[in-house]
Amino acid sequence: MSSSETLTSQAYIQHHLTNLTFGYLPERGWGFAHNAAEAAQMGFLGINVDTMFFSILLGGLFVWFFKKVADSVTAGAPGSAQNFAEWVVEFVDENVRNSFSGKNPLVAPLGLTIFCWVLLMNTMDLIPVDLLPWLFGQSASLFGADPHHVFLRVVPTTDPNTTFGMALVVFGLMIYYSFKVKGAAAFIGELTLQPFGKWAIPANLVLEGIGLISKPISLALRLFGNMYAGEMIFILIAIMYGGGVVLGVSAGLLQFVWAVFHILIITLQAFIFMVLTIVYMDMAHQTHH
Amino acid sequence: MNFNLTLIGQMISFGVFVWFTMTYVWAPIVNALEARKAKVAEGLAAAERGHHEQELGRKRAVETMHEAKVRASEVIGQAQRRATEIIEQAKLDARAEGDRMLVAAQAELEQETNRAREALRSKVGELAVAAAEKILQKEINAASHKAIVDSFAKQI
Repeated sequence: MSSSETLTSQAYIQHHLTNLTFGYLPERGWGFAHNAAEAAQMGFLGINVDTMFFSILLGGLFVWFFKKVADSVTAGAPGSAQNFAEWVVEFVDENVRNSFSGKNPLVAPLGLTIFCWVLLMNTMDLIPVDLLPWLFGQSASLFGADPHHVFLRVVPTTDPNTTFGMALVVFGLMIYYSFKVKGAAAFIGELTLQPFGKWAIPANLVLEGIGLISKPISLALRLFGNMYAGEMIFILIAIMYGGGVVLGVSAGLLQFVWAVFHILIITLQAFIFMVLTIVYMDMAHQTHH
Repeated sequence: MNFNLTLIGQMISFGVFVWFTMTYVWAPIVNALEARKAKVAEGLAAAERGHHEQELGRKRAVETMHEAKVRASEVIGQAQRRATEIIEQAKLDARAEGDRMLVAAQAELEQETNRAREALRSKVGELAVAAAEKILQKEINAASHKAIVDSFAKQI
């Protein structure tokens, strides 16, 4: 626990669940929010600097590595970096082959980006919850900031902005390709003329509309929920460290066990996000139903 | 759950990363994979071909060896035949030569015999004449009785 004795468990959890938000406040002007309420007050024009920073850092890491491999790629004996990249690419490619029946050069790179990016962002969860926020708070205090009011969330996928941002892009692509491949008439027909036939258009629209809208929402919430819950458990375990020797030791054990289990969740969620995206894209490319 | 500009920011970053991956990353790696696949298939085919060729070569070698054996035995047969022929010929030649020499020897023998007989005849004639001379020296001379002596000498 990075906190002083005055910090309650609730405040500690609250502190860990607040983003470093930059935005405009009527009474203070532009600046970082000092607490969750201020961040909420900033409304839509605020921006979570920590989420943006870590997601772009990790996305950059991903594209840097794969670009490096792509530049020196050889059909002969591959080096270890190329071997690894090829393994990932073949894994994604196989999934696309199995689930996607249309022809679209976007889908496989989309799947690769999702899998790698989400996996990297999720992996941030394995870094001890207090380490980076504490380092950041200490460095911020050098510039005169109060470490208790400096927030840092290092796992971008625990920020719904990230998961919904990705899900909305996938949703936009679904709609775009539905119109492009099926044609407007066929797509609207799909939404309105089934499952009950043309005499029940409103009922069909409600059912199919819910089905359509639920796809990006479930996509975003599944990832967000899993990562948020996982992080929450790490935070709760971290609180146990402050409860004496017995609790501290069992917290160490628990943290290890949960981290090992979390490796599974991290990978699984990245994989599920990728596979569902591929499946949704496949649905958008189906011309007959 | 605070939704704010981060949502838009994440959509843009996501889009940029997907675009970058699609434009610069995916194609080279997948192409390399395809190229390697083709190369491996080619290598396997070449190996198969080599194997086949080796098999053919082995067959050809066996055939050539067989042919050589047949030819060798032919040559040996021919040589044996030729040797037999030569021996036969030599035998025939020897026999002919022998015959010829025999004939010559017989002829010479006959000649010698004739010559000896001739010499003997004249010697015997002379001896008879000499003997008759001795006997007749007192009664006749050689000149008047020559015709009788010659007719005797002829009868020997």
